[in-house]
Amino acid sequence: PVNLFEQFQRVANAYFLFLLILQLIPEISSLSWFTTIVPLMVVFTITAVKDATDDCFRHKSDNQVNNRQAEVLIDGRLQNEKWMNVKPGDVIKLENNTFVAADLLLLSSSEPHGLCYIETAELDGETNLKVRQALPVTSELGPDIRRLAEFDGVVVCEPPNNKLDKFTGVLFWKDNRYSLNNEKVLLRGCVLRNTDWCFGMVIFAGPDTKLMQNSGRTKFKRTSIDRLMNTLALWIFGFLVCMGIILAIGNSIWEHQVGAHFRIYLFWNEVVNSSVFSGFLTFWSYIIILNSVVPISLYVSVEVIRLGHSYFINWDRKMYCPQKDTPAEVRTTTLNEELGQIEYIFSDKTGTITQNIMTFNKCSINGKTYGDVYDDLGRKTEINEKTVPVDFSFNPLADRKFQFYDHSLIESIKLGDAMVHEFFRLLSLCHTVMSEEKNAGELIYQVQSPDEGALVTAARNFGFIFKSRTPETITVEEMGKLVTYQLLAILDFNNIRKRMSVIVQTPDGQIKLYCKGADTILFERLHPSNEELMSLTSDHLEEFAGEGLRTLALAYKNLTEEHFKEWFKILQEANTSVDSRNDYLAAAYEEIEKDMMLLGATAIEDKLQEGVTETIASLSLANIKIWVLTGDKQETAMNIGYSCHMLTDTMNEIFIVASHTGMEVREELRKAKEHLFGQSKDLSNSHVFCEKMQESKQDSVLEETVTGDYALVINGHSLALALEGDLENEFVEVACMCKTVICCRVTPLQKAQVVELVKKHRKAVTLAIGDGANDISMIKSAHIGIGISGEEGMQAVLASDYSFAQFRYLKRLLLVHGRWSYFRMCKFLCYFFYKNFAFTLVHFWFGFFCGFSAQTVYDQWFITLFNIVYASLPVLAMGLFDQDVNEQNSMDYAKLYEPGQLNLLFNKRKFFICIAHGLYTSFALFFIPYGAFYNTAGEDGKHIADYQSFAVTVATSLVIVVSVQIALDTSYWTAINRFFILGSIAVYFAILFTMHSDGIFVIFPNHFPFVGNARNSLSQISVWLVILLTTVVSVMPVITFQFLKEDLNPTLTDQVRKLQKARRKQKPLQNYMRRVYRTNSRRSAYAFSHQEGFGELITSGKNM
Amino acid sequence: MAAASSCAELAGRNKPDNTAFTQQRLPAWQPLLSAGTALPLFFCAGLACLALGLGLHFSSATIQRFAGPVCLYYQLSNYYQNHRRYGVSRDDRQLSGDASGLSSPATECSPFRTDPQGLPIAPCGAIANSLFNDTFTLYHLANGTFHPVPLDNRGISWWTDSNIKFSNPELVNGSLEAAFKGTAKPLNWPQAAYMLDTGNPNNTGFINEDFIVWMRTAALPTFRKLYRRVREGNFSSGLPQGTYCLDITYNYPVLSFQGTKKVIFSTVSWMGGKNPFLGIVYLVFGSACILTGFVMLAVHIKFQKQNQMDVE
Repeated sequence: PVNLFEQFQRVANAYFLFLLILQLIPEISSLSWFTTIVPLMVVFTITAVKDATDDCFRHKSDNQVNNRQAEVLIDGRLQNEKWMNVKPGDVIKLENNTFVAADLLLLSSSEPHGLCYIETAELDGETNLKVRQALPVTSELGPDIRRLAEFDGVVVCEPPNNKLDKFTGVLFWKDNRYSLNNEKVLLRGCVLRNTDWCFGMVIFAGPDTKLMQNSGRTKFKRTSIDRLMNTLALWIFGFLVCMGIILAIGNSIWEHQVGAHFRIYLFWNEVVNSSVFSGFLTFWSYIIILNSVVPISLYVSVEVIRLGHSYFINWDRKMYCPQKDTPAEVRTTTLNEELGQIEYIFSDKTGTITQNIMTFNKCSINGKTYGDVYDDLGRKTEINEKTVPVDFSFNPLADRKFQFYDHSLIESIKLGDAMVHEFFRLLSLCHTVMSEEKNAGELIYQVQSPDEGALVTAARNFGFIFKSRTPETITVEEMGKLVTYQLLAILDFNNIRKRMSVIVQTPDGQIKLYCKGADTILFERLHPSNEELMSLTSDHLEEFAGEGLRTLALAYKNLTEEHFKEWFKILQEANTSVDSRNDYLAAAYEEIEKDMMLLGATAIEDKLQEGVTETIASLSLANIKIWVLTGDKQETAMNIGYSCHMLTDTMNEIFIVASHTGMEVREELRKAKEHLFGQSKDLSNSHVFCEKMQESKQDSVLEETVTGDYALVINGHSLALALEGDLENEFVEVACMCKTVICCRVTPLQKAQVVELVKKHRKAVTLAIGDGANDISMIKSAHIGIGISGEEGMQAVLASDYSFAQFRYLKRLLLVHGRWSYFRMCKFLCYFFYKNFAFTLVHFWFGFFCGFSAQTVYDQWFITLFNIVYASLPVLAMGLFDQDVNEQNSMDYAKLYEPGQLNLLFNKRKFFICIAHGLYTSFALFFIPYGAFYNTAGEDGKHIADYQSFAVTVATSLVIVVSVQIALDTSYWTAINRFFILGSIAVYFAILFTMHSDGIFVIFPNHFPFVGNARNSLSQISVWLVILLTTVVSVMPVITFQFLKEDLNPTLTDQVRKLQKARRKQKPLQNYMRRVYRTNSRRSAYAFSHQEGFGELITSGKNM
Repeated sequence: MAAASSCAELAGRNKPDNTAFTQQRLPAWQPLLSAGTALPLFFCAGLACLALGLGLHFSSATIQRFAGPVCLYYQLSNYYQNHRRYGVSRDDRQLSGDASGLSSPATECSPFRTDPQGLPIAPCGAIANSLFNDTFTLYHLANGTFHPVPLDNRGISWWTDSNIKFSNPELVNGSLEAAFKGTAKPLNWPQAAYMLDTGNPNNTGFINEDFIVWMRTAALPTFRKLYRRVREGNFSSGLPQGTYCLDITYNYPVLSFQGTKKVIFSTVSWMGGKNPFLGIVYLVFGSACILTGFVMLAVHIKFQKQNQMDVE
């Protein structure tokens, strides 16, 4: 019942209810009540069932999150509580690797000093661990539940907001005030890492959490076809009213001129007693009759088709990820055809494009590269499953997941190559990793950046095992023997230095500085004697970078004790200086890090998800623009850009916008713009010309004038400025002309803003794909949001419309499912409108011959059943199963995607063509029987030109014509199509004969007055001749047009279909998707997800 | 990959079924509109239409010769039997002989539902009320005198109509009149329904064939209805040439609505009564098809090469 009420709230349904009421007025009712009520009931039932299943489904997944358990301290005991019941003020215990349930004030943790580590990948996409530290007063509480339960501090803080990196508040506890900042707070969506447990007090819960504040509003999403359909429905309604008015006026005139003479037979009755009033009533009568141009079943059929397409996506095995055991899932079933119209993809980086796994892939040591595999003939080969990885079994502490394929490296180690040893020694010493040896032989590294983890793990596998550290020492197992180094200093990493060093003293007293850092920075600080090696390594670095690997250069320096002591003094001075301590420190570091000896370089692969490069390549072939929006650093983002070939060296220009003021951003954008126009021939002209033109036009004009590939990289700060005010236009303009846009360091909200911006300015269909909580806002604001499922975090998936496990499925989703959905939906709509116009407009023509009296042409039962029985299933089957080209070709010829983007298959023009087609058919349907029945008689001399025979003839012709038409439209005849089309005709005749049978008349004489009609009419040859002629006349012109169109102006689809057919005759298609190897190269920067401050933490000994 | 193998046993739980249906690989016939199919189709359709058209036209043209049984029709023009208010004004239940329909006719019949005295009208409604009541008698001049031509009124209505759709109310004491007791005659009728054919109890009341023919309302405002057939005696194979005289009892006014009445003598052929329309449309359309076929052929030959180049 509630559902029924809701359904009536939909405008369309209310409209049909209104029609139903109209029909109950006997003076108006041109149709029996059942003609509307039966379809309405069917529609309501289907909608209700669908809504119910949808609700169930949504409930289930919401419950999954809401019912996650959290340990809450209640009445002095820890109790499991569902997430949804967590309230501010509760004290929660969190365990390692669990999600933080709400925004918490950290009270205490298992680590010393109340430290705890969190991963914020869900929030901002950064993969490194962050440290949060509790207030010293609260960290004392420790795991003491009793004392925690007594905790009665009061937190006064800012109201809920969406700033992830800011928190201000004050804790009042035991008559003291403690100021709180972001460092003391755990935000919902973070994952606790490397910390056994921690306690926190809930500050914000549920929708108040920063995560939820950032996720933006949930909007009801509609597809552009939906909107078009609504517009068209309005137009049709207008058209309907027009026809109604025409016929009503006709009725008034007729009643006045002609009907007046008929009063003997065509009485007035009590209500209808003037021609004007009769006209008025006729208007409503005709509205009822003609309302089938906007049939009730349209909306429900569209829904059914979408649901069907959704199931096809769910069922697709090629989008099923066996590793994660997750199939693709459609969470919003109403958007499928929009998948065929995507123009912009906004993608997250971490977890979406990349796997968030770093592996040590290659290295260059002392001018020799390791990591490539060569076959017997010395050619470089690709690493595949058959390649034998290096056997690390000699090393009991080796990490088994680590794989390396170049055997020469391990040989050099075994041979005792000093430089190689030094190389790995450096890797095992120069880092801020912490180790933990749980059981013997089971070494666990707590890494704060996965890059470092990869390097240290590599060193570990190659026999330089970092075992443990204290603030003053580092213990390393070097090829089986334990060596303890004195840690003298850590020269920590920061963004300006782009390098880090350690100074250690070996057991034999030698002092050494080990440094790793960005090659460009490091090379400036080498000893001049390294010239040769530097150029060699430099070549290698370029090679590595060309493969999209993250590179680091390594160097060392031997220090004399005096030198070190001298320097150490400087350092301590710098350390103790009050103001501008950092500057002094930097200067001190600078002082010692020079004249270093180059060791080599490492190359770490930020592993892309499988098939990302191919996916991006074919999507851009399909003219889809891909923007990467990431919270990560510019260098990292660009690096990924290169490794997935979104950025290439062949690009004409890569604009980098990284400024801090609006003016600078404007200047940079202007420069980029000028550069873009500089390439086009008439720079000045187009510039002036463009500014005068309207924006939308301007964009399209510009887009054409720009030749060559450009890319834009913009950071979050500049983006914030660029999104303000008038810079917006400029930004969109430049960005849309670039092939690739990378936005780095963006906040979740900015992601949404960028999406909104493009939506607003380009009127294009956008898609956002991401995996983390930080992508939710973007996913929600884009036309289509896709969540990567299968990982721990579910938030993105829950907010998304589609989810699947791997980025590469996007290609299939868009190019196959999206395209098919769009194609089918358009075909369906075209045919549906055609069918209903052909069906309905016959009444219009008939109006001119029956005194505009709103007499129907067909039997009432036929009107009732036509749209829901006779003509619904074949078109549904077409809408569900039709394929123009097969899936392989859909993917191979990415250009086939373009009609969807340009909205070519169903637009207003197409709509009018369908209408015209329907009009023509209805014309033929009416006037051919009219001509044939004019003053004629049956074979036996009895009359056949009676109303009922006419009705049967026209109805039969209509059913056959629309069936033949759908047969022509169907390009993919499955057994189901065949069954439905032939079945519809069969059902039509079956129902026809049943309804016209004697038996049913005897039972309901008033409802089935057509008794015996089918028998009499359909046994007449002339009736069949009429039906045949009508069919031929209706269909032949369509074939002509189709044929001429295909011959004169074949679309790519036609050509591919022909090819497909030809090829099927020859042999099954074999497709080679060549992997593109980049031979070009570039210099990488120090692309490291690394954070400052850990060095200090280690030396201070806080975390030991 | 280690991850892959460890998850191998997991795989399959959520794996979608591999059937042709779910994977959208249902075997399908994918017709293509090619020159090879379209052009022959056009020529065949054109030729077939031409042939049919010629046949129809020929047989339609031969109808005038009055060979075979001749039918006598009356034709009314500008008469809107298809008007909605007129068309619904009947009670099929009553006409099927239902007793309750007789005593309380359907409201659709209004205002011809009851007579001014409040008695239910049988048969009720505007259609019945306006029953065509001209009568025709045909005379043939033979040997100087006019002999009436026997006009057969049997079997002029559909079998289903006269046997199923229409039937008289159950006789009361063997009398139809008694069955109609308590009903009034339609206002325009000179006598009650049971008096329609007093000579033939199988042709009176609701099952009177003239009445049934009239009750089968016409689709168009100009219509013909079968009145009688000439198929007895000398006239069984058509009306021989000669002088005939038609005696019309003019009861039915049509001038008031600018209508016309006509009486038509016609024979029928295999495709029914005379109607040149179908034949002509078939001929025209057949020619059009063939013409279009040639145009398409020309276009195809001209552009075929170009297209092939495009594809390659």
